Amino acid sequence: MVRRRRTSGILAWLLEALFFKKRSVKIGIYGPPNAGKTTLTNRIIHTFADEEEDVGTASEIPHETRRAVRRGGILIDLKQNLKQFQRTNFNSNPQPLSDPTRNGDPTRNGDPSTNPSTKSGRKGRAKLKLDVVDTPGLATKIDFHDFLAYGLREEEAKQRAKEATEGVIEAIKWLDDIDGVILLMDATQDPYTQTNVVIIGNMEARGIPVVIAANKIDLSSAAPQKIKKAFPQHFVIPISALTGENMPEFYAAMVRRFR
Amino acid sequence: MNIKMDLISEDKVNSMGSMEKIRFVLDGVKSGNIVVLEGGLTSEEQMKLIELAMLEVDEDFTGIEMSGYPSKKGFFNLRKKTRLTVVGPAKTMHTIKKGKDWISAVISEI
Ligand SMILES: Nc1nc2c(ncn2[C@@H]2O[C@H](COP(=O)(O)OP(=O)(O)OP(=O)(O)O)[C@@H](O)[C@H]2O)c(=O)[nH]1
Ligand SMILES: [Mg+2]
Repeated sequence: MVRRRRTSGILAWLLEALFFKKRSVKIGIYGPPNAGKTTLTNRIIHTFADEEEDVGTASEIPHETRRAVRRGGILIDLKQNLKQFQRTNFNSNPQPLSDPTRNGDPTRNGDPSTNPSTKSGRKGRAKLKLDVVDTPGLATKIDFHDFLAYGLREEEAKQRAKEATEGVIEAIKWLDDIDGVILLMDATQDPYTQTNVVIIGNMEARGIPVVIAANKIDLSSAAPQKIKKAFPQHFVIPISALTGENMPEFYAAMVRRFR
Repeated sequence: MNIKMDLISEDKVNSMGSMEKIRFVLDGVKSGNIVVLEGGLTSEEQMKLIELAMLEVDEDFTGIEMSGYPSKKGFFNLRKKTRLTVVGPAKTMHTIKKGKDWISAVISEI
């Protein structure tokens, strides 16, 4: 940033000074094991910070992430990134943005104004500076036997289970340092689990904003509308962290909710 | 095998402090019981319960299965109060399904 200040004009400096005066927000990516939290975190970093950098490895084996990892200095600028979005915006399997059978608060589920093209029209307001925190998957039970099915040796499985329990505790502790939560759910799974309900309940009690992302909509069994139905009072954005489907709407919702 | 269920009245639940309640539930579940609390645990208490359960997970105790339904949010009453919470050992209590007003649990011998 210092380098940029020197090379750009005073006007740019002023704009930056005005903007960066605002503290960046810490956004925790939470959800059950295997929801795709690390995949999503890596995608956010690739899009807005460094194409080469990964915060962690994604894996089909649950509890792959067993330590929370923070990546700072991410700037989401909807206006600047709009072109890039349009290039990477898959529309092979379009999901309805709002469930036409619902007639609730129009600012919630499938809010049309979270569309980045309308959002970026408002100058200087379509930016969000944030740190993302990839967290270990939250679970109420961990059985080392479950890992044996993935071909782990018994000792490895036991060690992984132990670290996974510590990871859950760490994820919960991190909630105290978080300004906003992305609750990521696997849209092919039942959304109405107690861990999802507990995370939302805690965030509501603390007044911390939540954006729910219904992940894996590239899979034919995905049912993001079930998630919308289960949590009607929240923003629910269907995405695919893997293919990048519908990410522009998701980033717009983040900027809108966490700014 | 017998499975013991503890059904705890709201009066009893309210007579206990948060930590006392959580400890009570966890001790019950760790000894193999299904614990049903009338009035239930708040979201914060449930989070604390998950945290404490994780501290005690080992090869025998694989954690808890938990479900609850929140009360409808009153107009002035912003904080949601849980109406009922069911907690059991993950080994015996399975495939809990729930809707807004119902909970369905399958309890099996190990
Ligand atoms: N089809 C599909 N697969 C996905 C998507 N996102 C993630 N996955 C896959 O789901 C698996 C789990 O992804 P991770 O990113 O490791 O999930 P996580 O939430 O970080 O899991 P833990 O760290 O174990 O809690 C991996 O095999 C990913 O490739 C998606 O949008 N679509
Ligand atoms: Mg992960």
